[in-house]
Amino acid sequence: MTELPLIGEAVAVAEQAPGARRLAGARIGVVTFPGTLDDRDAARAVRLAGATAVELWHADTTLGDVDAVVIPGGFSYGDYLRAGAIARFAPLMSKIIDAANSDAKLPVLGICNGFQILTESHLLPGSMIKNDHLKFMCRDQILRVENNATAWTGDYAVGQEITVPLKNQDGQYIADEKTLDALEAEGRVVFRYVGWNPNGSRRDIAGISNAAGNVVGLMPHPEHAVEAGFGPELGSGTEGLGFFTSVLNKIVGGNK
Amino acid sequence: MPRIVVDVMPKPEILDPQGKAIVGALPRLGFTAFSSVRQGKRFELTVDGEVTEEILAQARDAAETLLSNPVIEDVVNVEVVEA
Repeated sequence: MTELPLIGEAVAVAEQAPGARRLAGARIGVVTFPGTLDDRDAARAVRLAGATAVELWHADTTLGDVDAVVIPGGFSYGDYLRAGAIARFAPLMSKIIDAANSDAKLPVLGICNGFQILTESHLLPGSMIKNDHLKFMCRDQILRVENNATAWTGDYAVGQEITVPLKNQDGQYIADEKTLDALEAEGRVVFRYVGWNPNGSRRDIAGISNAAGNVVGLMPHPEHAVEAGFGPELGSGTEGLGFFTSVLNKIVGGNK
Repeated sequence: MPRIVVDVMPKPEILDPQGKAIVGALPRLGFTAFSSVRQGKRFELTVDGEVTEEILAQARDAAETLLSNPVIEDVVNVEVVEA
C-alpha cells in the first residue's frame, strides 16, 4: 500500500540512517477486526518508523512471517459483551497468543481496544472498566515512561514524559491488589498518567507489560503521535514514534 | 423451548460506575429508598430440545470463559427456565 504524504515527504525517520534497508526488511503486522478503527494509522506509524506494515485479518489462520504485531484501537465487534471479549476468540488471536508465549517471544503491542483484547486474552493481567466519570474522554495525555526494557520502549528513557492522544470510554485499568503489587515489584508498569488521571485507573497505570517484556498494552494512542503537524500540540507531536522505532531496533538487534 | 439463564454481576469489591450513576439518578425521580445500585447482565441461552447435564455443564463453562470476565465479574446464577 502506498500513501501520499500529508505534510512534506513521508520519509521514514530511519531511512537516512545506516542499516535502513535492514529496517525496511522488518515486517510488522497490524491486525484488523470488524470494528477496528486505528489500523491505518498504526500501519502508517510502522512505515514512518522505517518498517514494512503487513495487514492481518482477524479470520486469518496464520501470522505469516511477521516480526511483531500491533493490535490497534477501535471497537472490535462493537464492544459487545465486554470490550475485546469477542475479538479474543478470533482465529488469528490464538496464533498471536501462542507466538507471544513461545520461545521466540513475538513482540505484541495492544493499543486501547488492543490493550483490552490482550487482557481478555490473558496475555496481560487485569481488565478495563468504564471510566470513573462515565464520559468518553479525548485529550492529549502526558505519560511517564516507567520501564524502557520492553520490546516497545527501548528508545525512551526511564522517567521520560511523552504526550500522545488518549480517547476511550472503558479506560479504567483495574486488577486486584496482589496483581498490582506484583506488577510494581517486577517493573511491569510501563506507563503512568502524569497530572490528572483521565479514567480512575489503579495507581495511575496507563500501560503494562508481560513478564518477558515482549507484550505491552496501553490505553493512550502512540500511533496518533508520529507525524509533525498531526500529533498533540504539547511537545513535539511525534513522541509516539518511539514505540515503533524501539521494536524495530529490537527486531534488527540494533543498539539504542 | 427451554432456556438457560446466566446472571453475571460485577465483583463486589469493584466499584460499578454504571450502578453509581443510576443510584445518583433515582432520587431525582423521587425514588429515595435505594442507597446503592449494581448493574449486571442476564444472558438467555435457548436450547433446542431437552437440557441435559452435559448441556448445562457447557453453559456453565461458557459463562466462566466468554460470558463473564473473572477479573471483574462473577457468575452469580445459572439456571434452567422452561418456556
